[in-house]
Amino acid sequence: MFPFCFEWVWDAGHLLFFGGFWFAISILGAGMTWCILKALYETIYCDGSDNHH
Amino acid sequence: MDSALIPEGVKRCSFPKFFIGIAIVGAVVLWGVYGMLVCWLKGLNVTGMDDYYGFALWIWADLAVIALGGGAFFTGLLKYIFKVDELKNIINFVVILGFVCYASALLILAIDIGQPLRGWFIFWHANVHSMLTEVAFCLSCYFAVLTIEFIPNILENRQLDKVPFFHNLSHNMHGVMAIFAATGAFLSFFHQGSLGGVAGVLYGRPFAYREGLLVWPWTFFLFTWSAAAFGPCFSMVVLRITEAVTKKKLVKDNVIHLLAKISGWMITTYIIAKIIDTIYWATVTAPSMGLKMSFFFTGEGNGPYNYLILITEIFLCGVVPGLLLIVKSTRENPTTRLIAIILGAIGVSLNRWVMVLQVMAVPVMPFDKWALYMPTWPEIATTILPVAGGIIVISLAYRYLPVFPQEKELNEVTVE
Repeated sequence: MFPFCFEWVWDAGHLLFFGGFWFAISILGAGMTWCILKALYETIYCDGSDNHH
Repeated sequence: MDSALIPEGVKRCSFPKFFIGIAIVGAVVLWGVYGMLVCWLKGLNVTGMDDYYGFALWIWADLAVIALGGGAFFTGLLKYIFKVDELKNIINFVVILGFVCYASALLILAIDIGQPLRGWFIFWHANVHSMLTEVAFCLSCYFAVLTIEFIPNILENRQLDKVPFFHNLSHNMHGVMAIFAATGAFLSFFHQGSLGGVAGVLYGRPFAYREGLLVWPWTFFLFTWSAAAFGPCFSMVVLRITEAVTKKKLVKDNVIHLLAKISGWMITTYIIAKIIDTIYWATVTAPSMGLKMSFFFTGEGNGPYNYLILITEIFLCGVVPGLLLIVKSTRENPTTRLIAIILGAIGVSLNRWVMVLQVMAVPVMPFDKWALYMPTWPEIATTILPVAGGIIVISLAYRYLPVFPQEKELNEVTVE
């Protein structure tokens, strides 16, 4: 549920539960986005020389 | 036939042999799927649940697999946050096991809610006063974490790794895995704890009720602690089974000894806390509600819920494995270590059984009797379903992915 939904109440319960939930989702989303974009950049612009492993 | 997919330098059984094995386990999966469809199409009245048992076999299975899968978050925490580097040799396997356990938990929940199409209600119409809402949020997010932790291992498959994008993605994900692992540990702490908290806040059921710290009953902390303590035991049990089936040594002894030692100390400290909690509950909490401890373990029609179950849980499956794993000689002896980790895995499952089903069985009104429960075949089939599914996932991962970094080295040594 989002704060702009009619069921939302600005109380501690909603802030803690949904704050924690969206915080965790944001970290996972941001982390994966960074990994995917960096992988795309490396795939397109790097020369294929492999020193990863 | 599939040799191009098998990791380099390791041996696997022939494809027909593998296929037959998967087909046999697949038949069990089909039986489970049939049970699942029966539950969804005919409704929850096909189960053994009733007004006494709103929580039954499925919720026990949920709590048990989540506790047993706790090895994933605890090992991840040790490897990525506390930098215990030896655990890199077992972390892939533990993550796969955690993935299987949490997928199982979510599948069982999808059956247990009876109407899975409304599963999203818990996120949208959330009851923010419920510990179970916290469990649902953290469980779903942690499953996403485990999936993210599993993906790099999948991308390291011999053929997938040849694709430059997948190769780069896998490398980048390894680079930021500590962030995912820390998020997973945070989520696990809360959902493992809240599963215990659900029982501990039931002030109408004195067998489960516990006092605590602020809004958290002591069961909150005991559940998290026990998952971290016993989860690695289950990981080592499944590893031992995998080694027995494949007839190979897959992880070096020093890694197992280290994990067993950490698990042993966690179990020992947990069981001390559990004994203190039980004594306090028996001498203070229950008497304050007008009840004696004997009321919960004796009485006509109490079935298996006698003192033996308490002794088994705390001493046989708690104190004994803890001691066996902290003493160097028994920890490093394969037989006593195997006994300890099996007892540990049974112990945490028994604890979850007691905290779910014995809670429901104890009479709460003066005119009540002990209420015993017997699961029906659709409940049993759907509980076995994720176990069979897990065997297939682990088999596929072992066959096609580089799960064990030490496998090649260890088995070259064995051949020589």
